[in-house]
Amino acid sequence: METNDNILIVENLKKYYYGGGIGKNRVAVKAVDDVSFKIKRGTTMGLVGESGCGKTTVGRTILRLHDVTGGKVTFKGKDLAKLSKKALRKLRPELQMIFQDPYSSLSPRMPVGEIIGEAVREHKIVPPDQYRQHIMKVMRSCGLQPQYFSRYPHEFSGGQRQRICIARSVALNPDFIICDEPVSALDVSIQAQILNLMQDLQDEFGYTYLFISHDLSVVEHISDTIAVMYLGSIVEIGDKVSVFKNPSHPYTKALLSAVPVADPDHRMNRIVLEGDIPSPANPPSGCKFRTRCPYAFDRCSVEVPKLQNIEDCHEVACHLFDDDAAQYEANKKGGISA
Amino acid sequence: MAVRLGRRRKQLKGVDDHEYLTLREERAIAKSNAKIMKEFERKKRRENVDPSEYLTEMRDPNNVVEFDNLHTYFFTDVGTTRAVNGVSFDVPTGKTIGIVGESGCGKSVTSLSLMQLVQAPQGQIVEGSIRYKASDGKVYDIPKVPMNEMLHIRGSEIAMIFQEPMTSLNPVFRIGRQLDEVVLLHIPGSTDESAKKRSIEMLKTVGIADSERVYNSYPHQLSGGMRQRVMIAMALICDPRLIIADEPTTALDVTIQAQILDLLRSIKDRINGSIMLITHDLGVIAEMADHVVVMYAGRIIEEGTVREIFHSPKHPYTIGLMLSKPRVDQEAKRLYSIPGQVPNPINMPDYCYFYNRCNRAMPVCRGEYPDLIPFSDTHRAACLLYDEEALAKQAALGTSSQATNAPEPAVVGQAEADLIVTDVDNTDEGPADVVATEVSDTVDRDEVE
Repeated sequence: METNDNILIVENLKKYYYGGGIGKNRVAVKAVDDVSFKIKRGTTMGLVGESGCGKTTVGRTILRLHDVTGGKVTFKGKDLAKLSKKALRKLRPELQMIFQDPYSSLSPRMPVGEIIGEAVREHKIVPPDQYRQHIMKVMRSCGLQPQYFSRYPHEFSGGQRQRICIARSVALNPDFIICDEPVSALDVSIQAQILNLMQDLQDEFGYTYLFISHDLSVVEHISDTIAVMYLGSIVEIGDKVSVFKNPSHPYTKALLSAVPVADPDHRMNRIVLEGDIPSPANPPSGCKFRTRCPYAFDRCSVEVPKLQNIEDCHEVACHLFDDDAAQYEANKKGGISA
Repeated sequence: MAVRLGRRRKQLKGVDDHEYLTLREERAIAKSNAKIMKEFERKKRRENVDPSEYLTEMRDPNNVVEFDNLHTYFFTDVGTTRAVNGVSFDVPTGKTIGIVGESGCGKSVTSLSLMQLVQAPQGQIVEGSIRYKASDGKVYDIPKVPMNEMLHIRGSEIAMIFQEPMTSLNPVFRIGRQLDEVVLLHIPGSTDESAKKRSIEMLKTVGIADSERVYNSYPHQLSGGMRQRVMIAMALICDPRLIIADEPTTALDVTIQAQILDLLRSIKDRINGSIMLITHDLGVIAEMADHVVVMYAGRIIEEGTVREIFHSPKHPYTIGLMLSKPRVDQEAKRLYSIPGQVPNPINMPDYCYFYNRCNRAMPVCRGEYPDLIPFSDTHRAACLLYDEEALAKQAALGTSSQATNAPEPAVVGQAEADLIVTDVDNTDEGPADVVATEVSDTVDRDEVE
């Protein structure tokens, strides 16, 4: 029964890129390393992290826009990672994506109607005689005037273009939409319009979103669950409320405290992290965050922390929460003395 | 082509504020623009100008910069874009001024005008003055300063930190050489060794630990945060009295942003200079600025101290902007969104530019463009809602204060719909019938920005 509830289950997803070196010396950039999560039908999961942490790669690998190096992606009971191209193509209408940059993700030589309708025709979503009405309906529900049908993308502003991108994915009646930074290229007032539109569409059609963004305030607004990524791994995952009210991983804490709040009297104890993100081609041993972590201790450099429950629907990958931390210390001391 | 554009024009006649231009019209505009731009450029390039022409007096000796009714226009082939349209504000010594607004509102052009770095020959300061008090006590009227004189002010007196550090650093020279160049140009009597010493010292100041290595690296070898630090070091190397930071953290991650903001704050105290911080991020403004200037479509619509702006915003646009940004520390079921978008900068209306998007617009708003109305010594906003006279007029008209076009805040895209009054069913007839409204808005706005 539970599999029906979760529309998408990602298990130990891995995506390595190989660059430089031959044979044994081949260097693997572990863009995504052992990522697992589940998304419930009709909910939104937010994926946050800094640039280069692999959040976009997760989105693209789920859709098989990049091939999977390892792991399982189960969508409605089918493993996307193992599907043949033909079978995947059949499934495509149900999995859609909204890209970050509305300026480069629309073909400048296609009119809006064609941009939205191309895939509808290709996948035979509606009978040919209803094609036009269907596109009009979708455009209207995305806040686009139907007379834009034969206009070209350059005639639109950023916000309108993002609406076209949304309409393009919505037109296929998908179940699951991956939104890769859909509002970061837009102005604040336009951002709000797009976020509201996405919520309205979710309320109306029950879409499931995977919302990828670096903007914590936006993610907090739209998501039900949140996963925080750092250097290709999830460091904290859980309910929106518990993650934001009780951030537990040192990285999440720093990330949350770094967001500037639009209130001059608001003073937060800011945790300013030292240094930059290490290169994913040569990540630190053990916990990847330990080089910037203010609480790092020696276990962090030896052992990779695993996600563990700290409360209901809230998991953290950090040795600070280990039950056996004390025992580990004792063992180590014993080992040295022996 | 000309024939086709001509036909389109005919069909679009009578449509509110936007129309396509025929090629002939476009050529005529280009021709007259060329004349205007030539005249401006000639003035700028004069040599041996008498200093009395560009030296003036400050209105208030405590200010570093005074913008006075600044107008910067772009003469494009499709018409004149009023990127900055009558902007006046002061930058006091030792304070941080935050300029906030959406893309295309003219905030960057305002700062570029101060540096005389507006994209010439299209962009020209056509009116108004920018008074700058130099370290030697002279007061320059920047728009009148000839080009060769400007070289002494740029870099050494006023420094600028740009948004995208990767494109602002030269990729083919080492960091060290680019830093040394600034020293050698602006500090008289400096040698290669003294320049290197100063550069390395400056890199240390901005928090780069292994400054020797960075000094010998190329920009691509550094991370985004490091590059921005190098940019800041470059700006500070001549001890400027005013730093213009144009979106200094927009391209950076939040944790790196926190580092850079900390650095900027500590540096301001160190050099006792002023900062002009330009950003669209209200959070950054709230954290950094003492005074805030809110711009919309080339005009200041509200200004005041940071507390006045954030605790009692007056202009509907400022209020909308605050409400539309989700906040980490507050829960909101639904965001408020300002409907519609910025009007076409080429065809600005005579009345309040925000009228079409305002949820409190009144018929009287279609009159003149409102003046800035003072609320306190520092707080001013340009909105007729606070103008007694206008309200009285409004009452006399006997209409309700809620205009018919006022869109409900919750209805997204409704205003966009309201902007166009055409028959929905005529879409089958092809592109010629399509009515242009906010057409090509972005293209123009990008140019301005």
